Amino acid sequence: MTRELLEGSAAIAAAAITAGCRFFAGYPMSPFTGLLESMSRELPAVGGVCVNAESEIEGANMVLGAAAAGTRSATGSCGQGIALMQETIAEAALNETPFVVFNMARNQQDYFQCTRGGGWGDYRTITLAPKDVTEAVEHTQLLFHLAELHRAPVILYGDPLIAQTRISVTVAPRDYGPLPARDWVLDGTGGGTGRSRQVWTWAMGKATDPGPGPDRHWRAVADKFDAIAGVEARFEQAYVDDAETVVVAFGTAALFVEYVVEELRAEGHRIGWFRPVSLWPFPGEALAAATTGARRVLVFELNAGQMLDDVRIHAADRSVVRFIGGVSIAESGLAYGDLMDAPVIRDRILAALTGGVPA
Amino acid sequence: MTREQIIIDTSGPPAGPARKVADPKPSLLLGEHSLCPGCGEPVALRLLLEVLQELDIVQRTIGVVGHGCYGSFVRIMDVDVLQCLHGRAPSCATGIKRVRPECAVFTMQGDGDMANEGLQEVLHAAARGERITCVLLNNGVFGDTGGQLTATTVLGQRTKTSLAGREAETHGYPIPVADLVASLQGTAYVARGTVSTAGGVAQTRRMLRKAFEAQLAGAGFSLVEILTMCPTGWFVPTAEGPGYLGGSLEQTYPLGELVT
Repeated sequence: MTRELLEGSAAIAAAAITAGCRFFAGYPMSPFTGLLESMSRELPAVGGVCVNAESEIEGANMVLGAAAAGTRSATGSCGQGIALMQETIAEAALNETPFVVFNMARNQQDYFQCTRGGGWGDYRTITLAPKDVTEAVEHTQLLFHLAELHRAPVILYGDPLIAQTRISVTVAPRDYGPLPARDWVLDGTGGGTGRSRQVWTWAMGKATDPGPGPDRHWRAVADKFDAIAGVEARFEQAYVDDAETVVVAFGTAALFVEYVVEELRAEGHRIGWFRPVSLWPFPGEALAAATTGARRVLVFELNAGQMLDDVRIHAADRSVVRFIGGVSIAESGLAYGDLMDAPVIRDRILAALTGGVPA
Repeated sequence: MTREQIIIDTSGPPAGPARKVADPKPSLLLGEHSLCPGCGEPVALRLLLEVLQELDIVQRTIGVVGHGCYGSFVRIMDVDVLQCLHGRAPSCATGIKRVRPECAVFTMQGDGDMANEGLQEVLHAAARGERITCVLLNNGVFGDTGGQLTATTVLGQRTKTSLAGREAETHGYPIPVADLVASLQGTAYVARGTVSTAGGVAQTRRMLRKAFEAQLAGAGFSLVEILTMCPTGWFVPTAEGPGYLGGSLEQTYPLGELVT
């Protein structure tokens, strides 16, 4: 594999194809559009199919069908479009169909949407939030593995900086280990044998071979997500051991926070940073450990305070949690606004350190 | 093998009424259906399964079933099935067919499923010329939820949500799905049949066969709209179902082949 200069969307498309994705369907919506264009350009060359669907709902359901038929599949959009897909994401979580959803979001206001979902049922969605294109490539490949490992739809939470930044990357195959047998795949061969298969949210089985039924099935699905929460939480942190102040941020905003904290460390402040890499499962135990000795836990995210809830739940002392982020979106709707700026983040952190109330 | 001599006693009338006995249980049915007496959908299901057997494609068929009374068929059809969300079957079937072109892929949907919630899906699938076969079981009401107005309820029909009968001014006009689909490029076969009469059943069976043959030939999208009885949802006596269908739905939705 050679290094290539690619836009983030194209790099993610290359990563998806390298991970075995052979079906993609989506509806154009910026900044997701570049990924759809890349997939439509690249997938046919490897024998795959990309459909420019007529709506997000149709795209998501095409992907549900292709995935139920055993093909690694993906779709995507951003906030408003993902909202239309929630019905399908919930259905897939409950009928245990694996696929990847790329939320190339316009901002960080999709946190609740990704981590709480909008569908019905006792389901969650594994959501990874890369901080840059290189990590997005890695996450994309990991997510196809996790989707199949846990038989569930999963989300990559990107943003305009990841979708539209052009960088030099290498996309190489990665081996994440063995996967369970795909004995659930609908291949059409079961007909007339008495052993035909079904993919069904209610899991009531065939008349001759009753399934668990909705009660036991849904309890099992809920238990599965509990188990996932115990093993798939991912995070990064620095300087938390002696930190009086820990700043928590996710996605590309975390990259800016990391830079500012490095600056402040160099200036003698006892400050560290903590980044949830998986937004669900939220790395709560790690955050509790990282904030045990902290006098302040500052949450910087570009929304009105959504991850703030999770930080408050898990911080060692919730009374020291302060929100220093805010809604920040450019008028175009396709870029972050003024708050996504290292000097601004620095000012907000310093104001909190000196007891000032952030604007 | 000894050939037995068959003696037919013609000295008097037969002991019981003369009748042709069909196999009561096609081999693709795994159990009894649970739908109401007089319902037309089990007849349509049987025709569909028989056609799959006739064409010898049972072991390369994947069905996609939406939401409605027929959802219970998932348990008794001995074919691979994805039970999907209300209205979305043509999109799911599209995904399946695109990654498994060797399979015969069909959807089974009611009028509430296809004409209300999922009209966009079926129209776009047809326009894309997807090589799938969609079966619309049209009884003009939401049967599963107890007889409410759907997009195909005919003018004047009384339902739980149009107690005085469907009026165009209040409820709009009924949607002829087969005609809409037939107007699109990308279709290879579109027809409308019924299961309210013996002749209609035989004709519908031929339509289903042609629809699957079109798919197998790679000719394009195929759809069979089947008018079915719902005496429970129509609030008419069971035995009057076929007659009611003939006098109402069949008047609004003419039978026949629209695209061949």
